[in-house]
Amino acid sequence: MTQDSILQVKGLGMQFGGIRALHQVSFEVSRHSITALIGPNGAGKTTVFNCLTGFYRATQGQIKLQTRQQTTDVVQILGEPFQWGDFIRPRQFGSRLFYKLFGGVHRVNQAGLARTFQNIRLFREMSVVENLLVAQHRQLNRNLLAGVFNTPAFRHSEREALERAFYWLEQVDLLASANRLAGELSYGQQRRLEIARAMCTQPELLCLDEPAAGLNPAETEALSQMIQTLRRQHALSILLIEHDMGLVMNTSDHIIVLDQGQVIAEGTPEVIRNHPDVITAYLGTEEDFL
Amino acid sequence: MKALLMRYWPYWSGPVRDAGFAGLMALILFGPVVGVVLKGYDFELHPSRVALLVGIVILGRLLLSLALQTARGKVWLQRFELGRDQGVQVVPAHQKSLWRWVLPLIILAALILPFYANKYLLTVVILGLIYVLLGLGLNIVVGLAGLLDLGYVAFYAIGAYGLALGYEHLGLGFWTMLPLAAVLAAVAGAILGFPVLRMHGDYLAIVTLGFGEIIRLVLNNWLSFTGGPNGLSAPSPTLLGLEFGRRAKDGGTPFHEFFGLTYDPNYKFIFIYLVLLLVVLLVLYVKQRLVRMPIGRAWEALREDEIACRSMGLNHVLVKLSAFMLGASTAGLAGVFFATYQGFVNPTSFTFFESALILAIVVLGGMGSTLGVVIAAFVLTVAPELLRSFADYRVLLFGVLMVLMMIWRPRGLIRVSRRGVVPPVAQGAA
Repeated sequence: MTQDSILQVKGLGMQFGGIRALHQVSFEVSRHSITALIGPNGAGKTTVFNCLTGFYRATQGQIKLQTRQQTTDVVQILGEPFQWGDFIRPRQFGSRLFYKLFGGVHRVNQAGLARTFQNIRLFREMSVVENLLVAQHRQLNRNLLAGVFNTPAFRHSEREALERAFYWLEQVDLLASANRLAGELSYGQQRRLEIARAMCTQPELLCLDEPAAGLNPAETEALSQMIQTLRRQHALSILLIEHDMGLVMNTSDHIIVLDQGQVIAEGTPEVIRNHPDVITAYLGTEEDFL
Repeated sequence: MKALLMRYWPYWSGPVRDAGFAGLMALILFGPVVGVVLKGYDFELHPSRVALLVGIVILGRLLLSLALQTARGKVWLQRFELGRDQGVQVVPAHQKSLWRWVLPLIILAALILPFYANKYLLTVVILGLIYVLLGLGLNIVVGLAGLLDLGYVAFYAIGAYGLALGYEHLGLGFWTMLPLAAVLAAVAGAILGFPVLRMHGDYLAIVTLGFGEIIRLVLNNWLSFTGGPNGLSAPSPTLLGLEFGRRAKDGGTPFHEFFGLTYDPNYKFIFIYLVLLLVVLLVLYVKQRLVRMPIGRAWEALREDEIACRSMGLNHVLVKLSAFMLGASTAGLAGVFFATYQGFVNPTSFTFFESALILAIVVLGGMGSTLGVVIAAFVLTVAPELLRSFADYRVLLFGVLMVLMMIWRPRGLIRVSRRGVVPPVAQGAA
């Protein structure tokens, strides 16, 4: 598994003032797998997510992404503070300075990791298609002059982007809503649009933060199908946070359980289902479980 | 009569209460302002004037309330209520815009105008066009990218002083300075923006406000370089080296002699007007293209949700910076036109009030709407000229206009519409 893991987290720690949100969290996500991150409320799942995707700068530990044929150090590209040693090693100083000036969350995405949000974050006053076009920003012809003069190369790039956008709209079954405002869509549609938008950045690892929150059982079932299709057809690895145990047990290959900022168990759904620590810590008493 | 009043009392009670309240407010407001008049070291009371004004307010409010109760009044009131929520709409892709007929007519009219207008009208329209340019530039920053810039006038000043100082110290003319001022303003925008654009919301507004004031204070106090409050003279434009003055300065031929025309001081303004019109049309075209380009979409996305944008691989600082720089360079262009049109620049033209005026143009026009900004720029610059006799009440009218707009059309004059797209598969089939 160490050979072919897409994400390696080692000794991750996160401290907010006096509160230790995460402590020595280590896990791996293997390529083309569906991995679920579960735990009771306040266990630190979203904090792990925010560290992985670069929204928080982890106070300890390493996060390594093995995507696009290279290794990306998530902590490094967020821009680390200078250290005394940097001032005698110009090369290290230069790299630190570069990431301080131009580093940030966007570099994590450029490395091939896309995410969705627990509380949906769409561009509500833009049309559905435009939401998907914005996500493709990095892949388009961004030359100002080409755009102003509407050159053939620019038109070609825009047309390709539109085709890709409509492809993804078809995948998430939103073709009919292509020209509506994103804010007008229903809750379930917004969730699907957010996944399509994340996919438009052509990620290798997709992180879903409670994708089934607020969906009805039929929609949850459709979502579970969609997640599996995505993994099969697009060579994708998926990491998801979810409270819906049905969805987690049915779809995931590997489950990591967090409690009070620490990993208390990991393994296949079968193992987790019968793990005593999980049952006591997360699901309460034995009688309540499933 | 009394019986009639009593019978319809439910219909009267609301309006009477409203009128009474309005009268009370009018009494509090007008009492000290109109009723007490200073006379030497003493003062006189004028209760009759107060009574008249309060009477007018009470009667007006009563009539308004009654009118709003009729069927037509209710329909009218509903229109106001609806206006609140109508925000953005998506226009179907194949809907042909009326603009393809209207726009050429407007351009034609604008081209003919200077040859029939007198000098006064021409100068007013030039000023209007300069504000259109400023409004369009700020519209990129505030309307599209959602960055509140309260010191926009600083870039305008950089353009204007760029022309004056370039002429004074380096001997550069209008045509050299026009692109150079745009670059200069953009560079200033980049220097200011790079450290500042990491912040958002209020902090950016405060820093830009400070920047605007710093530029004005420097211009005002650096006597040896900028001439301080006395200002500097700015050169007039030339047409291929031909000057528009009665006599050419360095022994060249003036424009009118070269073409064998009689001298007319209007030529200079006609020329400025035509060049300015060309630049405005160019900026309009570029703006129209920008919103359909990746960068324009990125600006709007950033306005909608910065965090989502960053999670999608957009470097928010660079995206904001590009909006900031383009907006600044447009202001630089406007500044050059302003300086050459006035023939003179001094710091009083670049106060915070100007920034507020340009921001008002953008807000009134509707954030992100091009047509709205053009209309608002003309309304806010030409209206004060038409209301010269009311000069004292200009700011009052301005305030009333703002309040009415916020009630009636909080999202601006023109509704922002987004363009729909045709699925590419259908395009291929058609």
